[in-house]
Amino acid sequence: MSAAPSLAPQVRLRHDAARGQWVLLAPERVVVLDEVAHAILSRLDGRTTIDGIAAALAREYEAPPAEIAADVREALEDLHRKGLVRL
Amino acid sequence: MSAIPPPLGLLAELTHRCPLGCPYCSNPLALEKRGDELDTATWQRVMREAAALGVLQLHLSGGEPAARRDLEDILATAAEEGLYTNLITSGVLLDRARLNGLASAGLNHVQLSIQHAEAGAADRIAHFQGAHARKLALAEQVREAGLALTINAVLHRGNLDAVAAMIALAEQLGAGRLEIAHAQYHGWALRNRAALMPEPAQVEESRRIVAEARQRLEGRMVIDFVAPDYHASRPKACMGGWGQRFLNVSPGGAVLPCHAAETIPGMRFERVTERGLADIWYGSAAFSRFRGTGWMPEPCRSCERREIDWGGCRCQALALTGDAARTDPVCALSPDHGSVLDAIAERAGDAVAWRR
Repeated sequence: MSAAPSLAPQVRLRHDAARGQWVLLAPERVVVLDEVAHAILSRLDGRTTIDGIAAALAREYEAPPAEIAADVREALEDLHRKGLVRL
Repeated sequence: MSAIPPPLGLLAELTHRCPLGCPYCSNPLALEKRGDELDTATWQRVMREAAALGVLQLHLSGGEPAARRDLEDILATAAEEGLYTNLITSGVLLDRARLNGLASAGLNHVQLSIQHAEAGAADRIAHFQGAHARKLALAEQVREAGLALTINAVLHRGNLDAVAAMIALAEQLGAGRLEIAHAQYHGWALRNRAALMPEPAQVEESRRIVAEARQRLEGRMVIDFVAPDYHASRPKACMGGWGQRFLNVSPGGAVLPCHAAETIPGMRFERVTERGLADIWYGSAAFSRFRGTGWMPEPCRSCERREIDWGGCRCQALALTGDAARTDPVCALSPDHGSVLDAIAERAGDAVAWRR
């Protein structure tokens, strides 16, 4: 789990202006993202590790890094089970 | 009634032309002719209007969408507008070069139909010699092009016993997703219903096989299963409810709440050449006719599921009762539920009218 996560192939992250939200688009699927999920997914670049993402989010939200890392890991593992994220 | 939401998906039926002759085709019996199809610029305008309206997913369909030589141009406009692009195809008019061109134009996802797991049977159902082999080749090319691949199989009496083999084939082809849908009796499928109608025991066995495969393949291949309407006791929310989530544009530009809606007598569907897509979605009489719950008769009107299934399918109510405004007879609470049981019992010989 030390590798850098990324969106699965042909999964797109985009802003949905008509509904004022961020979504993941995949075959026959639209996944509406909450603020936390969007904050995580917008940092997936195929180079930054989960710990790196968690550290950046901890700085931004002034939260404890260990707690944030657990949340990030859980969110990404959930999206991985749905086939939307590569770990 | 709550505010009307913007549509999530657009099904663009670019053409009714198709080299295959599948007897369960959902296209209308009176197919639209090439000369009546919208031109490239109009389809491109439809894509821009759809994106502005809030559509996120575009399904390019037909007929066979690749029968249009301007598929690439229409697709490119959709991709530029940020639409997630799905190509629903028989595969037989695509080769590697054309597929790669579509990928460059921004295609995300190919949904490729199969008719059976064995070539002989598949080609008989498709009424097209060599179709199956070309589909298998294309599946590989889709993966090589880095596109998402769904295998799509419509189930009926003639292939239901091969459902396990079709699941295995989708796995072998490397599909990320498999859509197995029992035939829905509209268009050509309604005409051929007696020949397509499965035996109840076959239906039960297919449910068991699909449930087992879903469990076994979790995390590797998503299986979306569309259960057969007639063998259910509660209806589906057809298209997520009339005018709730989807719109459909026919080859000639009629804007429809579902692909079979034109079979409903007495309704007029406005065209993209007459009025903007947003105006039609929010303001046309046709989209308002069965939207929400105000139109519902009993038993729907007081049913706790009325905003779950939205009264079921209007075209199915029409086909089975002659009145599109009645409760979908698939519902066991419908006073017309006997018409479904009669249709299930009306299984006849295997002779079909090929789509043409």
